[in-house]
Amino acid sequence: MGIHEMVAQYREMLEDSPLNLVAEWKAKHPGSKVVGCYPVYTPFEIIHAAGMLPVGIIGAGNRLEIAHADSRFQSFVCSIVKSTLELGLIGNLESLDGIVFHSICDPARNLASVFKRNFPKLQVEYVHFPQNMASPHTVNYLAAEYRTLKSNYERLAGRPVTDDDLRKSIRVYNEQRKLIGQLYRMRREAPQNLSTLETYVLTRIGTLIPPEEHIGLLKEAIAAAKERDERPKDRIKVVLEGSFCEQPPLELIEGLEAAGCYILDDDFLLGWRFFKQDIPSEGDPVENLARAYLNQSVYSGVKHDTREAKSKHLIDKVRETGASAVVILAAKFCEPALFDYALYRRALEKEGIPHLYLEFEEKMWIFDKARTEVETFVESMLFD
Amino acid sequence: MAKTAEANKTNYQGQMHLLQKELMGNYFNQMTRAAEHGEGKAAYMLISGNPVELMLAFDLIPVYPEINALQLAVKKVALPFIQKAEEIGYSMDNCAYVKADVGLFLGDRKTPFATIPLPALILCNYVGCNVYLQWFEHLAEYCDGTLYNLDIPFMRDPSGKPTAADVTYVVRQLEEVIEICEKITGKKLDYAKLKRIVALSGETGEIWSRIKGLTKNVPSPFDSYFDSVTMMAPLYCLRGTEGGLKFFETALKEMQEKVDMGQGPLPEERFRFVIEGPPPWPYLRTFRDLFSKWGAVAVASTYSTVGGLWEFGFKHDSNRPLESIASHMLEWNLTNRNFLQRYEQIRRYVEEWSADALVIHSVKSCRLFSAGQGDMREYFTKELGIPTLLVESDIEDPRYFSEAQMKNRIDAFFESLEHKKIVRGAAAAGGAT
Repeated sequence: MGIHEMVAQYREMLEDSPLNLVAEWKAKHPGSKVVGCYPVYTPFEIIHAAGMLPVGIIGAGNRLEIAHADSRFQSFVCSIVKSTLELGLIGNLESLDGIVFHSICDPARNLASVFKRNFPKLQVEYVHFPQNMASPHTVNYLAAEYRTLKSNYERLAGRPVTDDDLRKSIRVYNEQRKLIGQLYRMRREAPQNLSTLETYVLTRIGTLIPPEEHIGLLKEAIAAAKERDERPKDRIKVVLEGSFCEQPPLELIEGLEAAGCYILDDDFLLGWRFFKQDIPSEGDPVENLARAYLNQSVYSGVKHDTREAKSKHLIDKVRETGASAVVILAAKFCEPALFDYALYRRALEKEGIPHLYLEFEEKMWIFDKARTEVETFVESMLFD
Repeated sequence: MAKTAEANKTNYQGQMHLLQKELMGNYFNQMTRAAEHGEGKAAYMLISGNPVELMLAFDLIPVYPEINALQLAVKKVALPFIQKAEEIGYSMDNCAYVKADVGLFLGDRKTPFATIPLPALILCNYVGCNVYLQWFEHLAEYCDGTLYNLDIPFMRDPSGKPTAADVTYVVRQLEEVIEICEKITGKKLDYAKLKRIVALSGETGEIWSRIKGLTKNVPSPFDSYFDSVTMMAPLYCLRGTEGGLKFFETALKEMQEKVDMGQGPLPEERFRFVIEGPPPWPYLRTFRDLFSKWGAVAVASTYSTVGGLWEFGFKHDSNRPLESIASHMLEWNLTNRNFLQRYEQIRRYVEEWSADALVIHSVKSCRLFSAGQGDMREYFTKELGIPTLLVESDIEDPRYFSEAQMKNRIDAFFESLEHKKIVRGAAAAGGAT
């Protein structure tokens, strides 16, 4: 199958009813358990090592009307919180046995409690990720947090998780991340041959299927993408930042590119691309996962590392990719992304890097305004 | 239609209020002296579960940007600061406490109540609120103060308690904070002094908890929302000092006298309610009067427990100062407890403080408080059958307060409560048939 066909097929699955994929998997694997993972990052390895399927529960896109959840969460709360709750309230999360939330922001944290109250059959976990990245004591804390999580998942799965199980899962996810990284690198080096939408769809499909399957699929896609040899278009090269949790609609991603951008890097689906290097699989696997979070993970709006300013990471990314501008694409009402913008803007202005600020909602349907803004921005860059 | 009480305007100026003004005046003067004459060094902290004891042990001046922000709102001067922050990239949808503070911080830091000193230490006590992390991350970018993220694991265990690893982690971090304070001040920690301060905090917390218990009386001697906020500033800024303790002793005595005389904040207490959520600081008086006119008194409030939850049995222990500070930060404050623990806290308030209703004030700025309060309303009305009103505005941004709308909602709610009361009264008078 060519890459075009692959992407078209997965896109249809994603747009249609992505949770059907999960239900299908479950039907084929009687007795198996599924754990939903709310963004941004989950240590999937722990779930996977217990023989369960971790799947991304990343909102509901723009095809679900919110009919119930907006009476529970106010108008000033972001879309993904409400759409995720809506999925539960209308019975669309029936194939999940558990769901895990993390300390990424205040609404997501309260959502964990609301889930607990409304869906007593689900095992709801909550991970407090440390925000003191500089202390030598933090690793012990996070390892203990992961051990608790592990024992809770042993209970859900009804089987123990050995260190070797974990090491095996670490290796699987290392490979998955490596291949996603390769896809991104190909796009960065020759964006005319692989679009952002394509890498997005190819990555996103992996949040819903076993990583082993995703690995096969990625290999096929990479091989197919290598066949392409398109001529570069007259577009500006940008880095996209701010969509690390709620995800923009596929049409918007597509539209940004069509409006004249090559997006050399982005922070979509960040939890599935959380480490640039492999997590060591030798030694204490739980401690390795904890150390990786503290010392190897990528920066994001939900991690506050006093060792190095976030804006420096963004500037470095721009320099390393060779982009000439930044598009900030923040989810409406996403406090972490909105706050980050103030710091990013300051740093970008200081460095003389042009940027465009846009807000989106996963539920949006109309993209004309965003597209016009991007076109104007692109023109100002191209004809400056 | 049921007749409402005369419009009651409260203007309570007891000894407690006068003493509070004096003490807080001194506190703000100390800040101004630090800012303008370099007398002393400032440590910025957040209110939630604050470890003020540790700062006092080093004679660092505790500065709370939240208190500064809310003072700006109360004095009705917050908006230009908020707008200044918005001009440099902060969003309409960001917490307005942060925006007001950033606007102030990037200017000359002069306010009608104090000049705010620059921080020597930016101690981000991350107790629940994720915005705290952003807030202090930003302040640290704008100045040279040392930033330390004191990470407090959230209450997530089904037991509602911190794990052993949580406690160890926090105590180890407190030890690191001590090292930083030693560097900043050039002084070694005086452990005996820390113990004395923690002992004072223990006594203060105990008296505060007794004061809060007094509102179980009918009538309630004070309003546990609008009057509690008067007591909250000394609780955070002066806890662990002799002056702070004296303030609470005075307040307890005064409130006990009111209980003995059967006095409350209003001429007649007609409704008792529990209130959830922070107050609308820019319109505090207006908001209060909307309840006073119905003879409605708040007998308990979740807001008064953001900095610490003392009324359910916590007391600082001077024999274990660091463990005790850790326990306060982890477990004994509202903000580090999960949303369902808050439901439980409110349920206890309604039952043990004999309330007729729950009022939820949902504020846009503080999503820690507000996100999901619709579910809370669902729980209290549908599961527990407690009349619940949800109103929306903001803690800081005056643009989100619509008085007419607020008034309509509150009037309709109490009219319906009154109606229920009359029906119940009539049924009771008619006897069991």
